[in-house]
Amino acid sequence: MRLRRKRRLVRCVKRRRELKPVSTNTAAIRPDDVLLMSVVRNEKIRLPFFLEYYRKLGVNHFLFVDNDSGDGSLEFLRTQPDVSVWQTKTSYKKAGFGLDWSNYLLRNYAHGHWVLTVDPDEFFIYPFCDTRPISALTDWLDSCAVRSFGTMLIDMYPEGPVDDEPYHEGQDPFEITRWFDAGNYMISKNPEYKNLWIQGGPRARVFFQDNPSKAPALNKIPLVKWDRRYVYISSTHSLLPRGLNQVYDEWGGEKTSGALLHAKLINTLGEKAREEMQRNQHYRGSGEYKAYAKQLEEQPVFRCDWSEQYINWRQLEILGLMSKGNWA
Amino acid sequence: MSSLGIVMLVHTALDRAEQVARHWTAAGCPVVIHVDSKVAEKTYSNFVASCADNPLISFSERHTCDWGRWGIVAASQSASEQMLENFPDVRHVFLSSGACLPLRPVQELIDYLSDRPRVDFIESATTADVSWTIGGLDHERFTLRFPFSWRNQRKLFDAYVKLQRATGMRRRIPDGLTPHMGSQWWCLTRQTLSAILQDPRRKIYDRYFRHVWIPDESYFQTLARLYSTHIESRSLTLSKFDYQGRPHIFYDDHLQLLRRSDCFVARKIWPRAEKLYQSFLANQTSAMRPAEPNPGKIDRVFSKAVERRTHGRDGLYMQSRFPRHGSENGLTAAGYSVFQGFSDLFEEFETWLETATNTRVHGRLFAPSRAEFAQGETITNGALSDSATLRDYNPKAFLSNLIWNTRGQRQCFQFGPQDTQDINWFLARDKNAQISVITGAWAIPLFRSNMNFADIRCEAARLQQIESKQLEVLSSVWTKARVRSWTLAEFIEAPMEPLQTILDEIAPQTARHLTEAPLMVDLAGFGQFLQNLKNQGMHPQLMGDFPVDDVFGTRTKPFRKPYLVQ
Repeated sequence: MRLRRKRRLVRCVKRRRELKPVSTNTAAIRPDDVLLMSVVRNEKIRLPFFLEYYRKLGVNHFLFVDNDSGDGSLEFLRTQPDVSVWQTKTSYKKAGFGLDWSNYLLRNYAHGHWVLTVDPDEFFIYPFCDTRPISALTDWLDSCAVRSFGTMLIDMYPEGPVDDEPYHEGQDPFEITRWFDAGNYMISKNPEYKNLWIQGGPRARVFFQDNPSKAPALNKIPLVKWDRRYVYISSTHSLLPRGLNQVYDEWGGEKTSGALLHAKLINTLGEKAREEMQRNQHYRGSGEYKAYAKQLEEQPVFRCDWSEQYINWRQLEILGLMSKGNWA
Repeated sequence: MSSLGIVMLVHTALDRAEQVARHWTAAGCPVVIHVDSKVAEKTYSNFVASCADNPLISFSERHTCDWGRWGIVAASQSASEQMLENFPDVRHVFLSSGACLPLRPVQELIDYLSDRPRVDFIESATTADVSWTIGGLDHERFTLRFPFSWRNQRKLFDAYVKLQRATGMRRRIPDGLTPHMGSQWWCLTRQTLSAILQDPRRKIYDRYFRHVWIPDESYFQTLARLYSTHIESRSLTLSKFDYQGRPHIFYDDHLQLLRRSDCFVARKIWPRAEKLYQSFLANQTSAMRPAEPNPGKIDRVFSKAVERRTHGRDGLYMQSRFPRHGSENGLTAAGYSVFQGFSDLFEEFETWLETATNTRVHGRLFAPSRAEFAQGETITNGALSDSATLRDYNPKAFLSNLIWNTRGQRQCFQFGPQDTQDINWFLARDKNAQISVITGAWAIPLFRSNMNFADIRCEAARLQQIESKQLEVLSSVWTKARVRSWTLAEFIEAPMEPLQTILDEIAPQTARHLTEAPLMVDLAGFGQFLQNLKNQGMHPQLMGDFPVDDVFGTRTKPFRKPYLVQ
């Protein structure tokens, strides 16, 4: 495992030349700042709300890698004072699906900081997030000597077919995708990295019901008190050293955990799926996107009689999709 | 000059400490601040300088304060000494920390203490009486030596404790002392405090307590017992601890909870809880009548949190709760019932059961084609799909999800050897499962089917094998489910009694006698059918003894009502 971790580290350092700094405001990072790391490609439409959401939570500085966007993402990001952005035109796939880039930036800029690594369509929810800023959570985790914080990705979906209601720049995506599946998640433990492997939700139910083993993983560990020796090894599903994956209790108790609301299933999905199929730059030969592109033609509706409408974190905690643990 | 003096131990968030100190002094209370010597010299001198304009704030000699070590006691000692010496009017000294926040107007606390001029408020209990010690060290705190830090040198700490236990090394507790423990935050009278600090044997005591574990929870608590004339064994500081002995932290959203607690001082406050500092340090109107502190409501909130962290919600599997095999405290969230063979033996058994028990009755949830949810639903609570592939991908998750999603309504379902069997061990190990089996009932659908006899024979052999294996599981020593089984012959002999027992258990509140019995299928010729199987070399054993001469078919036997008292 140590070797694997070292190899990852070497790989990410090797790829540092692929990253061209466009706007670096990293000098403004203060020692206690909470950071956010994200790799984006053609996500301009999502970025304004994304930044607004996380600024409100109390994220102090954003680190972005722009992977060859052609929609003005880069130009938008470089004008933001609390954003540092690097550009790369090389292959996403070759860079370990972007992980090498983020691992490198995390190693360089996030050492000693709490850092959230999320995609631009993932929105972090934690207990008391409506009354306590993210630094309350990280201070508390610090006082408990906890280094990583687990979440589950919750796919949110709209009332009708995904194309029905178009998303506007700056809009809260959860005005459109208000629905989610409350209780059809399947968990097993990955003995290799000791992380949980969670599958299920609407995508497994609609896209992968004949082949559930291919359904996307929903377990995520996005919030970590970073150290330059750490690496993400498979998206934010798992890290090395393996102790960081132990975000769950095995003796019957509940650790504190959160959720990532996933606003993927909006009208941009179809376009994205078609593009990703051509680029073939995603995990498992973009199999996930192939399935989407094929099935999206049939205009599937995810909403069913038992879908839940999202209210707040307390609802998720009661449904058992996250837990306050002993944070009260 | 006030009769109340505040000693404040500070190590971080100095700006908040200053804010609180000024609040105390505004009410006339002198404050002596001890700053941990780990705080950088420059930060310290800035802090001193910013408080310089306030004559009631002074600073004491600095010590290094590590958790669980002597430094905290030494700090309290020197600060208290300074307080008693410089402020002769002070009658009560209140020990607080930089993360403490006064919740009620200071004058109320002063008045409260003036009404009780001889009372020492210090939580102090003998080691036999406390249940909150962490790490199982209670009396041993006083009889072993602890030269190593628990936080930074855990291995050495544990090894040294083990060594002392093994070799029987013990320390002698100084004469006259009875070890007492309690919250570190006290409020003592001048008389008691000075008696402790000026004790001629203080050197002996100090030397002894220097190597006691967590002396700040026992030094004053033990010595106060020697001199105090009136100990109130409780702390005036509201402080809650989690299951690892760390203090819970208060945030802005605790405002109302803290208000209603009527406690004088609370800790620990998150330094950035702006709203709390603003509202409690502003000029407060005092309560209409003097209230006693009442931390009960807060207690409930925090003990719930501890319960959730250590025990969790039964039957919930999620990203932060995934118990190991055997640590689940109940594999599912609530009781449910599994019926095997009943729907083969009775016509419309599911409808009958639903009316009789007012529960939700599913068909064969583990049927090979799809999960037969009640009312023919294709998707049910929690957006759980009826797809067999999804279900069989993780049958445990399927069942625990179903039970979790339908909390509050009891679930029943049919099961049998025709179904996928991967769930058997889970069912058997689950104490929430009530499993009722009529063994061999699977032969009835075969008997009534229109299949070729050779196929029937094969199928019967297969089902019998599956059911035998399942019964082995159900009778294993690990089985925690409530299992009842009857052979088919046994059951139809007197079907109402077992049914009544099962139903009483499912719905005890609606305990009533069964008036309407489910309709049994016509078994005329079943004995002969079994004999035919035997003749063809397949020996059906699980049904029990059926006479060939068809007693059950020809005889129209009325059901005997159970428990009929005449």
